[in-house]
Amino acid sequence: MADLSLDRPLPVAPSGYRSSGWWGLATVIATEAALFVFLIFAYAYLGSQSATPWPPGGAPALRLAGPNTVVLLASSLAAWWGQKGIERGRRGQLVLGLAIALVLGAVFAGVQGLEWAAKPHGPSDSAYLSLYFTITGVHLAHVAVGLAVLLALLVWAALGEFTAARHEHVGVGLLYWHFVDAVWLVVFTTFYLTPRMGIF
Amino acid sequence: MVDRALDPAVVLERRQLAQTWETPRTVVGWLSSVDHKEIGKRYLVTAFVFLLLGGVEALILRLQLARPNEAVLSPEAYDQIFTLHGVTMIFLYALPVLSGFSNYLWPLLLGSRDMAFPRLNAFSYWTFLGAGVFIYASVFMGQAPNAGWFDYVPLAGREHDPGLNIDVYALGIVFLGVSTTVGAINFVVTLLRTRAPGMSINRMPILVWGTITASVANLFAVPALTAACLLLWLDRQFGMHFYDIAGGGQPLLWQHLFWFFGHPWVYALVLPAMGIVSDALPTFCRRPLVGYTAVALATVATMVIGFGVWVHHMFAVGMPPLAMSFFGAASMVIAIPSAVSVFAWIATIWTGRPVWTTAFLYFAGFILLFVIGGVSGFMTAAVPLDWQLTDTYFVVAHLHYVLLGINVFPVIGGLYYWFPKMTGRLMDERLGKWSFWTAFIGFNVAFFPMHVAGLMGMPRRIYTYPAGMGWGGPNLITSVGSFVFAAGVLLTVWNVIRSRTRGAPAGANPWDAPTLEWSVASPPPAYNFARLPIVASRHPLWEDRLGEGTGRSVLDSDIRLTEGRETLATTPLDAEADAILRMPGDTPIPLLLGLALTVLFFALLWKGWWLAGAALVVSALLTAAWLRPSRRAPREESARG
Ligand code: HEM
Ligand SMILES: [Cu+2]
Repeated sequence: MADLSLDRPLPVAPSGYRSSGWWGLATVIATEAALFVFLIFAYAYLGSQSATPWPPGGAPALRLAGPNTVVLLASSLAAWWGQKGIERGRRGQLVLGLAIALVLGAVFAGVQGLEWAAKPHGPSDSAYLSLYFTITGVHLAHVAVGLAVLLALLVWAALGEFTAARHEHVGVGLLYWHFVDAVWLVVFTTFYLTPRMGIF
Repeated sequence: MVDRALDPAVVLERRQLAQTWETPRTVVGWLSSVDHKEIGKRYLVTAFVFLLLGGVEALILRLQLARPNEAVLSPEAYDQIFTLHGVTMIFLYALPVLSGFSNYLWPLLLGSRDMAFPRLNAFSYWTFLGAGVFIYASVFMGQAPNAGWFDYVPLAGREHDPGLNIDVYALGIVFLGVSTTVGAINFVVTLLRTRAPGMSINRMPILVWGTITASVANLFAVPALTAACLLLWLDRQFGMHFYDIAGGGQPLLWQHLFWFFGHPWVYALVLPAMGIVSDALPTFCRRPLVGYTAVALATVATMVIGFGVWVHHMFAVGMPPLAMSFFGAASMVIAIPSAVSVFAWIATIWTGRPVWTTAFLYFAGFILLFVIGGVSGFMTAAVPLDWQLTDTYFVVAHLHYVLLGINVFPVIGGLYYWFPKMTGRLMDERLGKWSFWTAFIGFNVAFFPMHVAGLMGMPRRIYTYPAGMGWGGPNLITSVGSFVFAAGVLLTVWNVIRSRTRGAPAGANPWDAPTLEWSVASPPPAYNFARLPIVASRHPLWEDRLGEGTGRSVLDSDIRLTEGRETLATTPLDAEADAILRMPGDTPIPLLLGLALTVLFFALLWKGWWLAGAALVVSALLTAAWLRPSRRAPREESARG
């Protein structure tokens, strides 16, 4: 019976502590993931209906996007390492991990900008380029939000807001950052790898 | 229950709780409130205002269509008003009104003091209001959306529709999607976290099942519309090519994205309303709902199948026969769970001892309309019939039978049912019965002849028609019926206004209802439950009568939680206590963030990029202020007083 378990003391926590915040973010991720599913669906649909070869001009080059993918994954790794630190009460490790993640994330965004600039045509040139700029753009917007989250966590960490007993924000915020990375893998696979695999 | 209200210790305890939970009665307090009851009521009032606006628009349309070759409206005005009517009813009335009920009722039904994220709740209301204002601002610019609530391209493309009208639609819908999404998140986490001890999932009211199903569905369906609108806006503003054939785009992409959203969405508009009926109807039949488990499962099943049938809105666009057979069949399968619910309600009435209150009449009327709407839906799910009927008034008749029948009738019934809880006063029954019969007769007079007009070949979405087609008769009857129906709705509005101050005092449980919300005073105190209840069955207030379950629910337990705004967190499935949650206090941040987003969307509409950037920065700062970590470390404490 439910009331039996009430006899033991319960953890008293600020709202959002433990699962509320985590579940909240999990639902955000579910709905955001759905958004990307529909955008990728648009890519697949227009690709499948295209009368001309798809993608026009062949698969895009991996020269920038390949290494950039590694940069983004490394940033997730750094953030994860920082989180491990605060779980053991090492605030310095958290600050360092977040700072590295932030820099790597910013590098990713910058390289993505270079890649955009290198395209000879703009988003209004063809359906394919509309898709390319829009989907990578929506992802970049998520990167921007993620960087803002990392920045906020970094500031709070530097101000000493987090301790071994109190760091729920770090776990939840970084979950979002890992999600942004995971989405990039899907976007990357769609635009860069599937054409090479002979799908579309 | 023993009345302990006179015990001085209890009086003190309640005064202390009231101090902690009540919002100061000032303007700032009002704008900062995060009380779910306050927010629920705001949702209800706002949605009703939109219902009335949409209703006025509908009546103007009916004036125009009453006779052949009528010229009340120009074709352009017809397009805007008809689109605004659909957009208003679908997006600004039907779902928000259900959010209103759910926001108000959930914590009370679940035995908790608030939703999981009270501030997010306030935010979802303010964004709903902001989006409504955004969309309606277009009326004053003379540029209301004008391509139908479905907004098909290429009609909605820039070449055919160069004004701001469609940009208002695209941005407004994305904005509203923010509100719907955060609302859905709040419901999901509230369900997982803040039910009373013992409120296991097989004891939850069906309204909770309906809202949770709709919320989960919204999480997956709304992004389809967001994506569709985003791409549309990019096409229109930046010359991209998602939807135009010339640049390699596809108009059908819009339809797929739109209906992938649209079909599940119609269930989001009806499942919570069906939940209202499933919970309130049994009260008036003096017995529990027949087939609780079947109805709960049917609710979920409807939604699951609902995600697979969007293509039935596109039978006429030309598709492989196999695809059409599949989606036609799937659409018919959905009738099965709906029938389960219908039979459960009929059996509940049949085996109960119905009390013919106004609320009961609305619910009984709903069942009839639901059946008629279901039959015409079954007809349009048959592909050959659909080819005949699509884009005729038959579809308009079907759509109004289901939307008004399954949404408006239960909502008004629910209003009569819960009004005493919300205000402490009963609504006038005599006026109520008049309102029902006027609305019910007016409704059928208005919409039944639309089937006939449709079968006679009258297309939908036309602003006038020539004489001599034989459509004049049914249309005149329809127009007259619309005004009668509108009068019925107005009687209810009048009843609400009057009863708020002059209704008879209701007491805690005027209907002798079985669920938790009726165990507290009417209106409930700011903290809902002075002592958190422990639930042992599905009908805590009828346990003596039913002998249901093994134990007895404890409505006046010794779980007090008086140190600041606190409530109990329980485990997701079995609802066992697992933490004490410290809830946030009132704050104006949700309102400010809602304002910042409203500025953002207006800036995007007028292409004020700098203003948009500034609004984004302000939003980010507000969000950071909102989410700032608490310095309080978790500690351990006993929940017992
Ligand atoms: C007094 C009550 C109402 C009347 C007289 C009425 C009348 C109308 C009329 C005349 C149209 C235009 C049809 C056309 O030109 O093809 C229309 C469209 C529509 N109405 Fe209503 N309406 C009423 C209430 C509602 C409600 C409560 C809802 C939803 C909850 C609703 C949803 C819609 C929608 C979605 C459309 C667009 C139909 C389409 O896709 O063609 N209406 N209505
Ligand atoms: Cu449908």
